[in-house]
Amino acid sequence: MTVSALRRVRYRYAGSSKWALDGIDLEIGAGEVVGVCGANDAGKSTLCLVAAGLAPGAIGGKLEGSVLIDGTESRELAPYDVAQRCGILFQNAATQLSGTTTTVWEEVAFGPRNLGLDVETIVERVGWAMHLARVEHLAERQPDRLSGGQAQLVALASVLALRPTMLILDEPTSQLDPAGTRLVGETLAGLARDTGTALLIVEHKTDLLDGLCRRVLVVDQGRIVLDGPAAEVLEDRRLEGWGVDAPSRVRLAGAIRRRGLDPDVVLANGAGR
Amino acid sequence: MIALSTAALAFVLRGWLAPILALIVVGATVARAGLGRAFLPFVLATLPLLISIVLIDVFLYPGATDTIMVIGPLRATGTGLTIAGQASLRIVAFALSVAVFALTTPTDDLLADLERRGMGRRATFIIGAAIQTIPRLAARAGEVADSQRARGLNTEGSVWRRVRGVVPLVGPMISGALSEVEERTLALEARAFSAPARRALLRPMPDDAAQRAGRWLLGLATIVLIVATISGHLALP
Repeated sequence: MTVSALRRVRYRYAGSSKWALDGIDLEIGAGEVVGVCGANDAGKSTLCLVAAGLAPGAIGGKLEGSVLIDGTESRELAPYDVAQRCGILFQNAATQLSGTTTTVWEEVAFGPRNLGLDVETIVERVGWAMHLARVEHLAERQPDRLSGGQAQLVALASVLALRPTMLILDEPTSQLDPAGTRLVGETLAGLARDTGTALLIVEHKTDLLDGLCRRVLVVDQGRIVLDGPAAEVLEDRRLEGWGVDAPSRVRLAGAIRRRGLDPDVVLANGAGR
Repeated sequence: MIALSTAALAFVLRGWLAPILALIVVGATVARAGLGRAFLPFVLATLPLLISIVLIDVFLYPGATDTIMVIGPLRATGTGLTIAGQASLRIVAFALSVAVFALTTPTDDLLADLERRGMGRRATFIIGAAIQTIPRLAARAGEVADSQRARGLNTEGSVWRRVRGVVPLVGPMISGALSEVEERTLALEARAFSAPARRALLRPMPDDAAQRAGRWLLGLATIVLIVATISGHLALP
């Protein structure tokens, strides 16, 4: 079942004559975990906004083609309808918290309350989302006193509490240290495994995509230039030309190969020691 | 309501009785809420103003001739002392009324109560966000100042140098705050903020019939006192 479909999508921001997305065709199935990489200004964040129904709905601009979210054209959905079908998480955790709550629990409840759900359902959803995002122990903490990784996980729980069938993550670890990145990565892996939520993850850190995604896209100048199984895409020799660093395992294997050695043998021996 | 009533009494009415009444109500509220020590900074904050009022009124009150003490070229007057005492009481009563509100009303409780009373979620959010803006801007100013210092900007030393040091902070602060606005707006949309449904209240406010009656009575008494005094029907000592 397809949860998100973009067909011949072109999008340009208000006041710009340049197409930020120029002919995107993309389908994402239920439970699929798809990585997106590309250079800065390639159109990755714009792809996130369009796929999440926020562009042009919330920020204006001109959209051509068709964007279907859970089978419904995004233009026909109000932003709060979209929020229940497709969640989005941005780079900066601090700007995603409402800033009007004093505990993490209330922060996660912000979305379900907006939907007008009754208290019992809110409590159930908040518990579920906090469990999935592994932030139950932070329930009584103040949202503005969290570390970067913790804040990003609270933002994730806040979006999950709306029970979307798909989640879009725009560089969720860009402001995190290695420990925070690992924490978010493990949480996302658990989320995909346990709930079957489809994930579209934009990341510069290809190591994270390598461990998390089955499918990876490369975006360049507003177009998808490569789309395939993660193992193949992340080993493609053209990545560097598109401004993407290959994962460390691929770079290491390349370095070993350049010395005339067989990476499989060398790495197997290294692991053996 | 208590803070509003006592502040209005202290601010609007002249004489001894109104500020004393306000202080009695504030004192009772403080005792009931167990806020004794938390009030000290608020009292201390009024000290510079009180000292200047006392000095000016006692020694320089225009037209006062009832001298009670002479210090060099300055003459303290009884009228000035009375005026200074009343003004000081009013200021202390007003400041402590504001303090009662600040110390007994957490922002989230205030917002929850406003929403309970029918205020729209957008208006509530704007009030909450405005209250949170001050510490957030202060934190951002600190970050920008640190990064400018790391690039060699000298913000220490004379007053002029400090003033000049503020200029390079303004641009990054404003542009940073503006760029955050769009991301915050999108994040709010992504959390169904624009949904038309009425939100469930998570914080039931303790508010029984006696409390409600007390508040209304106090508010009504304040209005009656102010109107009666201003219209000349009542002369408070």
